[in-house]
Amino acid sequence: MPSPDDRAALAGRDRGLLSDVEFVALSGISKSYGGTTALESVDLRIRRASIHAILGENGAGKSTLIKVLTGVVRPDAGTVTIEGAAFAVRSPATAAAAGIACVFQELSLVPDLSVADNIFLARGTGPLGFIDRRRQQKAAEALLRELGSEVRPTDIVRSLTLSEAQLVEIAKAMAKRPRLLILDEATSALGEQQVGRLFEILRRLRSEGVSILYITHRMHEVDTLCDTCSVFRNGRHVETFPQGERSPDAVVELMLGRSVSQIYPAKPAPAAGQPLLDVRDLSWDGRIDKVSFVVRPGEIYGIGGLDGHGQQETLLALFGVLRNVTGEVRFDGRSVHIGSPGRAKGRALGIALVPEDRKSEGLHLPLTIAHNLTLSVLNRLTRFGVINGGRQRRLVDDLMRRLQIKSSSPKAPVSSLSGGNQQKVVLAKWLACDPRLILLCDPTRGIDVGTKAEIYALLRRLADEGAAIVLHTTDYDELIGLCDRVGIFYGGTILRELTGDALNERNILRASFALATDGPTDSGGH
Amino acid sequence: MTAILRSPTTIVGVMIVAILAIGASASPNFLNASYLLQQLQISSFLGVVALGALGVIVLGQIDLSVPWTMTSSAIAATSVVGVGAAAQDVWSTELAMPIGLAVGAFIGLVNGIGVALLRVPAMIWTLGINAVVLGLCIFITGGFAPPGEASPLMRSLAVGRTLGLPNALYVWIGISLVAAFLLTRTYIGRAIVAIGNGERAAYLSGVATQGVVILVFVFAGLCSALGGLLLAGYANQAYQTMGDPYLLPVIAAIVIGGTSIQGGSGSVTGMLLGVVFVTLLTSVLSVLQMPDPHRQIIYGAVILITLLLYGRFTRPVN
Amino acid sequence: MVATEISPARRSRPPLSLPPGAWRLALPLVVLAVLFAVLIAIHPRGLAVASMTPWANQAVTLAFVAVGQFFVVVTRGLDLSIGAVLALSNALASELVSGTPVEIAVGVVAVLAVGCLCGAINGAAVVFGRIQPIVATLATGAIYTGLALIVRPTPGGDVDEALSDMLTYETFGFFPTSLILLFAVVYLVWWPLSRTVLGRSLYAIGSNESAAFMSGLNPKRARLLAHVLAGFFAACGGLFLAFQTLSGDASVGFSYTLNSIAAVVIGGASLAGGVGTVIGVIAGAYLLRTISTIMIFTGLPPMAQPLFEGLVLLAAVSVGAIEMITSRNKLKVLR
Repeated sequence: MPSPDDRAALAGRDRGLLSDVEFVALSGISKSYGGTTALESVDLRIRRASIHAILGENGAGKSTLIKVLTGVVRPDAGTVTIEGAAFAVRSPATAAAAGIACVFQELSLVPDLSVADNIFLARGTGPLGFIDRRRQQKAAEALLRELGSEVRPTDIVRSLTLSEAQLVEIAKAMAKRPRLLILDEATSALGEQQVGRLFEILRRLRSEGVSILYITHRMHEVDTLCDTCSVFRNGRHVETFPQGERSPDAVVELMLGRSVSQIYPAKPAPAAGQPLLDVRDLSWDGRIDKVSFVVRPGEIYGIGGLDGHGQQETLLALFGVLRNVTGEVRFDGRSVHIGSPGRAKGRALGIALVPEDRKSEGLHLPLTIAHNLTLSVLNRLTRFGVINGGRQRRLVDDLMRRLQIKSSSPKAPVSSLSGGNQQKVVLAKWLACDPRLILLCDPTRGIDVGTKAEIYALLRRLADEGAAIVLHTTDYDELIGLCDRVGIFYGGTILRELTGDALNERNILRASFALATDGPTDSGGH
Repeated sequence: MTAILRSPTTIVGVMIVAILAIGASASPNFLNASYLLQQLQISSFLGVVALGALGVIVLGQIDLSVPWTMTSSAIAATSVVGVGAAAQDVWSTELAMPIGLAVGAFIGLVNGIGVALLRVPAMIWTLGINAVVLGLCIFITGGFAPPGEASPLMRSLAVGRTLGLPNALYVWIGISLVAAFLLTRTYIGRAIVAIGNGERAAYLSGVATQGVVILVFVFAGLCSALGGLLLAGYANQAYQTMGDPYLLPVIAAIVIGGTSIQGGSGSVTGMLLGVVFVTLLTSVLSVLQMPDPHRQIIYGAVILITLLLYGRFTRPVN
Repeated sequence: MVATEISPARRSRPPLSLPPGAWRLALPLVVLAVLFAVLIAIHPRGLAVASMTPWANQAVTLAFVAVGQFFVVVTRGLDLSIGAVLALSNALASELVSGTPVEIAVGVVAVLAVGCLCGAINGAAVVFGRIQPIVATLATGAIYTGLALIVRPTPGGDVDEALSDMLTYETFGFFPTSLILLFAVVYLVWWPLSRTVLGRSLYAIGSNESAAFMSGLNPKRARLLAHVLAGFFAACGGLFLAFQTLSGDASVGFSYTLNSIAAVVIGGASLAGGVGTVIGVIAGAYLLRTISTIMIFTGLPPMAQPLFEGLVLLAAVSVGAIEMITSRNKLKVLR
């Protein structure tokens, strides 16, 4: 690891020269799990002082690439060389010793320890490797401040929001003063400002000679940040080119291996008629404050705003998860009390929720696709509690066909599917219930473009067939491209409702920060 | 093919054959049909209790109140017979079993409420319930087994025979079939497995998870009670320590049957073999006239080795 | 509440409230203090050397075992063999800890070494044999109990009386030596360890093992260490019990296993791993024993005592349930 003096010297040198120096090279790396090939003889050069984007659909091999580089898995074949010398990355500890640090998408934080303990988890800060709490605290504080985080080093990680935890994860990787910093979807939960700040830091690190591997699904981040792009597809490294050499469409084509037409389906004329869902002054625990909005059949209603302003809680309240909710929910003209998810999904209401955390809330990963698909509708497939095997099989076949879930067998565990296909299973398991109102919480987070387009088309089709859809997402593009109307949350309530031409990025951003918006707005929804 | 060879069921099957071979070489009577039937009869008591515990383990929980659920149900049933005999009441012998089972179901209900509603870890809640039931029994009985005996029905179920086979075996097989059917073919079984794999996701799928958990604990209480009643029928009395030797063998039988102690999956067939294995192991050690300490050591070592074999053969290296 | 108060900026804590999680440590300490006051109030001798030393001594064995159990629990494991290790070391102590000072010293070291070895075997079965801790220690527990019975088929044996007197009476004429011994041993082992990455990794793997692994920690090493520590402290408990009773008894084990789990939970540790403190666990052990003592002095009929102990245990573990019942987000209470 270079000393700070080294770094300063490097920073002073011409970056063009430096960036010709290769830091890590992979050659012939292959890795397969069971029968599935995740990486197939991949060659990749990562130069110093470079921000190198890795692009690809889910299942393209990006996460396995990261796991190989960080020592989480060992490749079946191939070699890793660091600065020209062969290097065996046997475990995360050896990777760290070689100066490789990673911001993991699924976060590598330990929930019951403090922020400072997490940032310096595998390293003592004092003499002889002992832990010097005071020094650790100070160093953590400095790092967090640099990232613009208001989290205190003594906070327990469990109490943090997702975006706060993501910043801590970034701080943790930076604390290792890596020579290769890998960021895997590191900005998925961050706000615009935080992302900007992070980018400044990454650019500074590049000027100091650090290699950065940046994995993202957001093309505009690649545009603003990266200097080199590598595209992966089906476990193979397809091509590497300087950023800007290809148009975004061309890059997407490379990722998919085919061209995509329109990613968002066309919006129909505004839905008229009686609202299916009419929420009035919904409040809960100080986190939701008098939320009111209506959704009509055939409509996709977007819920946006900065992370943690009551959006998720509103969806949970509408699904009967929260207790002591006040205000009125009218469903199909009748005032209803939604006491539990069981009641919400029942025939009387027909509400479905695609929850935020696919892995722990949406699915049972070790169970089969068939069992996952049928769990929420199972009570309708039984007589006297006994499951009708034939009806179950037909339903599963039908759902897998309808959503094009790619798997060898309905008896395969859901954990064997790619992220996109897993999310399709979550959607399918609720479609099985023929819901009239579908609540979705970030359904396309961490999902590849191809599957995203499929999900958008599906949602629009469901709306056209008469369902009402409420979609919470942190992705502005989605709010603008897919939704008919959008309510922007601020401080637990819907501050602005945007529709038509007023539904644009500038207005969403301004409303998210409680600033005045341009154009016609409709606050409140009535 | 290798998958079948390496399944827990196969391994435990091989171990059972090995034990039979050892037993046969030690004592010529070991492979005698009547001796083996008697082993199956004793297995039934353990097997009935283990069926209830299996459901709890599939949920990802554990029931440590097994010993005193068994004992208190048996004490209640035999006391009813005793009190009835003293009062010359003809109904009491009929009431003995329902009352004993009701005691078990009630304990199961309290277990379920603590785990599902109060959300106290099952390990500690059922441990406390076990202590309370023990305390109650001692307080009420004054520390002595109350006068009484098993009802004719209990005796018949425990030691009687029909068509040459022990009645207890029918009871065990019958409940096993019901349990296997419930676990694999019904909504409740699917819900149990789902909860064991992740209660949040099950709850968000609209499963009434708390109700299911309570139901499973009630079933476990009923099974423990039935085991206690059978045991009391076998011994024709209830006694303070009758349930104690059952707690650990129940867990051993379940995990040897290939069910993960972490929950989320469970095999009734595997468990049946596990129960037979544990019973035969105990009996072969007594046939070999092994002193008790050595018996314990071998018992522990064999369980450990079996599980090591599972770890070696059945789980993929992650 | 005004909407703008719920900004994404962090809500600051009121200055006097405890940080989240601190009640886990504070609660057992406060309850223990209250119970201690009750005990002194009803004890015929009040606050006196003659009442304090027995009070201190009676919980030391359980405290040692509970601390051992805690290290396994914090890694999200459970040691069902810990009582058996206690029984084995107690039985060994009654054979080995007597004679010349050198023989006694060798005996003590041998007993502690056997405890560590038992723990290492448990750890190996869990780490290398990939058996769930509950099940692995269930099996090894049977083995250790058998060994204890072979060493000491019936209660008895011989333990050095001079050393026993020294450890079970008072220092400076008033302070129970056993308490000093307990804290000295626990802190000599845990204090330096808690300041190393290895010590911290015990908590880390219990809290989230895959995250700990991805961060470069070694879960195998940490888990092995936890089991060895459990064996060591169980052996300390077995030794102290021998000093207390001047004999060995191979059948004391199982109740210690169960009570150690109770003490760990009452002491604020979570069976889900990653949470808890050594001090809390020691308080948990003393809490359990103090309740028993109080019951003896309140004149509760002996037949009602087990019932009362059970009810107190239930009440103690239900305290955390209040939070669950009042929680407004049902998802929060589900695992």
